[in-house]
Amino acid sequence: MQIIKHDININFVGKRKIALIVSAVMILVGLASLVVNGGPNYGIDFVGGTLVQVKFTENTDAAKIKDGLASLDLGSVVVQRFGDDPNEFLIRVQESGEGKDLSGLISGSLESVYGEGKVDIRRVEMVGPQVGMDLRQKGLLSISYAMVGILFYIAWRFELRYAVGAIIALLHDVLITLGAFSITGREIDLPIIAAFLAIIGYSLNDTIIVYDRIRENYGKHQKLGFGEVVNRSINETLSRTILTSGTTLLVVLALFIFGGGVIHNFAFAMLVGILVGTYSSIFVASPLLILWQDMRSGKQKKTTTAEGRA
Amino acid sequence: MSNSIKIRAGLVLCCLVLALVSLGPTLFGNSLPDWWRKAFDPIHLGLDLQGGMHLVLGVDVDKAVESRLDTIVDQTEELLREQDVIFKRVDRSSGERVVVTVYDEEAGAQVDTFMAETFPNLEAMTFTADGAYLQKNYRLSDSEIEAVQDYAVRQALETLRNRVDQFGVSEPTLQREAGNRILIQLPGVKDPQRAIDLLGKTARLEFKMVMENANPQDAITGNLPQGGQLIYERRVDPRTGATSEIPIVVETKTILTGDLLSNAQVRIDTRFNDPYVAIDFNSVGAKRFDQITAANVGKRMAIVLDDTVYSAPVIRERISGGSAQISGSFTEQEATDLAIVLRAGSLPAPVKIMENRTVGPSLGQDSINQGIMSILIGSVLVILAMLIYYRLSGLVANIVLILNIFFIMAMLSIFGATLTLPGLAGIVLTVGMAVDANVLIFERIREELRLGRTARAALEAGFEKAKLTIIDANITTLIAALVLFQFGTGPVKGFAVTLSIGILSSLFTAVIVSRLIFDYFLSRSKTTRLSI
Repeated sequence: MQIIKHDININFVGKRKIALIVSAVMILVGLASLVVNGGPNYGIDFVGGTLVQVKFTENTDAAKIKDGLASLDLGSVVVQRFGDDPNEFLIRVQESGEGKDLSGLISGSLESVYGEGKVDIRRVEMVGPQVGMDLRQKGLLSISYAMVGILFYIAWRFELRYAVGAIIALLHDVLITLGAFSITGREIDLPIIAAFLAIIGYSLNDTIIVYDRIRENYGKHQKLGFGEVVNRSINETLSRTILTSGTTLLVVLALFIFGGGVIHNFAFAMLVGILVGTYSSIFVASPLLILWQDMRSGKQKKTTTAEGRA
Repeated sequence: MSNSIKIRAGLVLCCLVLALVSLGPTLFGNSLPDWWRKAFDPIHLGLDLQGGMHLVLGVDVDKAVESRLDTIVDQTEELLREQDVIFKRVDRSSGERVVVTVYDEEAGAQVDTFMAETFPNLEAMTFTADGAYLQKNYRLSDSEIEAVQDYAVRQALETLRNRVDQFGVSEPTLQREAGNRILIQLPGVKDPQRAIDLLGKTARLEFKMVMENANPQDAITGNLPQGGQLIYERRVDPRTGATSEIPIVVETKTILTGDLLSNAQVRIDTRFNDPYVAIDFNSVGAKRFDQITAANVGKRMAIVLDDTVYSAPVIRERISGGSAQISGSFTEQEATDLAIVLRAGSLPAPVKIMENRTVGPSLGQDSINQGIMSILIGSVLVILAMLIYYRLSGLVANIVLILNIFFIMAMLSIFGATLTLPGLAGIVLTVGMAVDANVLIFERIREELRLGRTARAALEAGFEKAKLTIIDANITTLIAALVLFQFGTGPVKGFAVTLSIGILSSLFTAVIVSRLIFDYFLSRSKTTRLSI
């Protein structure tokens, strides 16, 4: 079976101006949302705080839970439904309460309202501000390290311009995913950093396969213009791109739907990342190579004309 | 069949057998013979899957330095007095300093010689004059401060390990982390509350004399007598369970500490059925306790744990046996835990919980079920897609895919890696990405076939050309995964592990195993057509 005809020839390269606008809009919308929300919405892993996941044996709602906790005077408390069970909730408190035992207080206070044994504390996460700061720093560092490592590897295996193109495409993907998180009001937690790194890995995988083909075709078809070579390479790998993205999307979708609440945001990040990553290896990473080439040949033209005059 | 196929088949078979053997304990558990289960552990589940507690405790090392300075101050005072050096007072002051105040130059010189001999680690600093007096400053050297801090963390780790051991958790992890932190993992802990109470307590046991002539009410308003200290006694009403705090003024000076204990046990008072903790002093402690009780008959002695008075009984007579009891209004659980922390020893400095991640067993089980569900559904979808798209070749890709999952599990077991929820996500992701290698190869083969090559030639060319692409593409993902491994903690590390293992395994299965299957069938049958 074939989805993509083998002799397909879509003019991707010709649409790079449109792609540029689409990318710019996606990034700008994300950035705007980040600005409006005052930066990324960090979860407790990165700013510190306490999170308690509770399951009740009786029907209840967020307002009643909040009332039950009112006597503790915890400052801002956020209670939201969690997962598929209507009686499972996440309680977030900004305070990490280093030293005093917040989760214990919360469970005690809820038990006194709902009765003993009616409240199942399923998960507690408490991160102190110091640890939060450390984790945030480490998270940013790890993403930077990964990018630098990848830059060197591609520069070594290909050429510098390929490496630069790939890294810009990666930044593009991460920025858009970050924006999607901001727009949907999802929190950035430790597992999301893992998801970002996985997206980087995946998107790169995609980009390299196209680049590899460009390199191969560039040697084979000397007579064609560079733009033509790039376009042909994208078309030749299109079938593979669609199929692999498709299978990966399938599994991530399975994770998103069946993986449960704890992994939900992670799966969402992957979902967005894979879509954007596939798009970017066709519409961002490859046109960037042409741009680089144009700029260089432009420079060369200038120098040759200058020499001619002299 | 050519030799090359036989060799490769042998290699793959070896891997398969090794994988099967190592996965035995995970899949079949207790029904296997002992030697087998001893050789390979079942796959370790992370705390997020089996439930448990992950704690990071920060040791307040500054307090350890302070208390070291306090000890120096006490010793200096005592020794100077013994040597008949005249001095006004000895204090601890900010900047890790001990300050000795003397009246004249002569005494200052004496103090200098004495300090240099007794505490060579202290750096003498300049005189400062304070009115008519001279202040001699001695500062703890940086290396000494570091040593004290380091010792405090090591000591704390040791003490916490003792406590955890007595708490009864199977396979706990305790390790020292950067920044004076201690990581504790308690898998499957039933009562997280109790664990926190037990681990977070400094458990500094002190005996202090009560200042009977001081009025606690005055003390609350800030009117403390010289050498006195205001602390509170905790009382629990046995009927209502309500706690109350009663102020009490004690001497600042500690006459005896818990360091001199040799044992602590829970006993039940037969009269009221109240639990109490019986403590035994070691020989030094017993002697000192004997002297103290002899000298203070009729007075009250406060038993203070972490600045809370548990009881303040009147010393009725000299106690020479070296044993005493701490009664308070305990529940049996509290008494048991108190005995545990007293036996395990006190922490050299207070600790503070900096991070706590606790997952209940029910959530862990749900996560496992949901994770497995996602893997199953994801795999079935991918398998169907491949079968429809590549027909028989798709079948090869699917066999390889299943083998791949199998190998990943086996490697987890062999390396003793921990499987976490993000780790399960990593496996799901690998399932999606592992077929990529096969897709690349198959697309190449199709291209070669379209160029009019024979099945065998197309196969050869397809594998050869795709190989480098596959390796390049996967190594970059591997870079990301390795960085993640370096940085990651707990669950995230689990993701990095399964992702890395998944990449290696899918490289192996795609490049070697699926090639082998193709080669085998082409060598057996005379077909010149590939079902692709």
